[in-house]
Amino acid sequence: MKKDLHPLVMIALVAAATLFGRALPTWTLSLATVAASNALIALGIVVLARTGNVSFGQGLFFAAGGYGVALIANAWGLTDAVTQVVIGAACGGLLGLVIGPLIARYSGIFFGMLTLALSMVFYGALVKSTMLGGSDGFNVGRPTLFGMSFTDPREADFMLYAVSVIVTGFAGIGATILFRSEFGLASLAVRENNLRAEYLGISANRVISINFLIAAIFAGASGAFALMAQRHIDPQFAYWTTSGEFVFIAVLAGNQSVAAVFVASMALELVRSFSNLYLPNTWQLVLGVFLLGVILFLPRGIGSLWISKRHGRSTSKAALAIEEGAAQ
Amino acid sequence: MNFFLTIVLDGLIQASWLFIVALGLTLVFGVLKILNIAHGSFYALGAYIAATAVTMVAARGLPPAIGFVAMLLSVALIASAVGLLLERGLLKMFYGRDEVVLLLVTYAVFLILEDVTKLIWGVNPIYATQPYELFGNLEFAGLYYVGYDLVLIPISAVIGFAIWFGLNRTVIGKIVLAVIHNEEMSVSMGVRVNRVYAIAFAFGVLLAALAGALTAPKISMQPGLSSDVIILSFAIVVIGGLGSIEGAAVGAILVGLARAASVHLMPQAELFVIYLIMAAVLMFRPEGLFKRETARRI
Repeated sequence: MKKDLHPLVMIALVAAATLFGRALPTWTLSLATVAASNALIALGIVVLARTGNVSFGQGLFFAAGGYGVALIANAWGLTDAVTQVVIGAACGGLLGLVIGPLIARYSGIFFGMLTLALSMVFYGALVKSTMLGGSDGFNVGRPTLFGMSFTDPREADFMLYAVSVIVTGFAGIGATILFRSEFGLASLAVRENNLRAEYLGISANRVISINFLIAAIFAGASGAFALMAQRHIDPQFAYWTTSGEFVFIAVLAGNQSVAAVFVASMALELVRSFSNLYLPNTWQLVLGVFLLGVILFLPRGIGSLWISKRHGRSTSKAALAIEEGAAQ
Repeated sequence: MNFFLTIVLDGLIQASWLFIVALGLTLVFGVLKILNIAHGSFYALGAYIAATAVTMVAARGLPPAIGFVAMLLSVALIASAVGLLLERGLLKMFYGRDEVVLLLVTYAVFLILEDVTKLIWGVNPIYATQPYELFGNLEFAGLYYVGYDLVLIPISAVIGFAIWFGLNRTVIGKIVLAVIHNEEMSVSMGVRVNRVYAIAFAFGVLLAALAGALTAPKISMQPGLSSDVIILSFAIVVIGGLGSIEGAAVGAILVGLARAASVHLMPQAELFVIYLIMAAVLMFRPEGLFKRETARRI
């Protein structure tokens, strides 16, 4: 068994990352904010992927969180950043609670297609709803924190960075604990073979539903961050290419390490902004080649770069056995 | 009554080209077990190539009929080449991996092709309207239709029949069916599965591009075309059942009619309706309307 980091050490790491934001230049700060927010939703996909199901419709919960927060913010003038994140998570979670048990029966490609279909239904509804601004969406005000409003853009950026890093960091710690728990291991069993898992007395549907709910909550909170960062929302939040990008991060990360999700998200944002800068018309091309390269040369994600080194042969063998089990 | 007829005819016109696209998607899934996200990009590629061919012919002052033939021929040639190249050069490396991984590989291809089309043809709308007047206008039950639109219906019916015939009544088709049903057994019977894969994929690309070429005179080509088309054709094959030709036909007609009906009755619900049908079908018959049930492996 690997030697795990103590949760307190992880909390210290999150605090260090937050304070590190003070030293970062402005452009990196907003980049890191987006990366942290994307990492949160990708983390949800990784959590769900441990049951063997990949959701291609996380944009649904992303948009639900974003729209929920935006509507409440505009209706009641609620601008507190932390409250907004909680509202976003609640919106995503509520929707996940309804949808999860319905689609837990499906697996593999059907699961992916169904989540995609649901997010596109939502997208179609949003585009045509004139009340919500149709395909143009609408704007929301600047977020505040505990009654403080930030007029200096640099301070506002840092506040957003701090909140997103702390929330994502704690979600990551939670996920690490979850992965090591009995429930986390049961999820892996469901992925390997859901029928055998059921014979052992595990309800596969329940395991998938709960993981789905967690993923939906993360996605909703991530939608709140995206809203706060852009101060604007439109139906593109629910479009399938948005969801595709989150799956992209999850694949890049692999499902072996929570830290890998953050690294992957940051790597994606860096690749995107650099190719935006130097190859403005071909960043999708760069992204595609990057994705192909990762799938080809790092089949188990960025996480496999350090995980296999740290834990030697025994775990990589076990991981390989899991991979084989999933392939069958 | 007339109103109803309008919806049905509009729906069938929509269904005709959607059917060709979906046929390619379902064939590729049936043989290679790949849900090809890049399929919409091949549609867009076909449309763009067709536009170039039509404009080149028109620039030389040749009649639009020659433009029509030229666009079909050039698209058929380039699309088959692109399909073969992609399968042999890229997809081959990922066989045996998880279905979801293959899906992501095609997603990467989608991203790459998206920019490649932008690099070649730019981001401004392109038109290729010359062949659209080729078949004149027709009056049908008191309504005027563009002949080109109506011609699409028999063309797609012929393509559908040809593929059904090819698969069910020829030796090559039977071999392809054998690979669809049981790949391992086909290999042990001496079928060169690699070759079947390459041909099936190239054929799928060809169908998507052909549909793109056929619709090119009707539409304006601009970025975003591919992601709209893939979303529609996904819905069709999922409704009909992945890998089923009859399913693709029924799915295309359902989606075509639903689109036409919502455009005429409730324009705000267009995409919404289609995906609602898809979600409903998945809820009650996850294998699609036409897919045979397969035994679950324990």
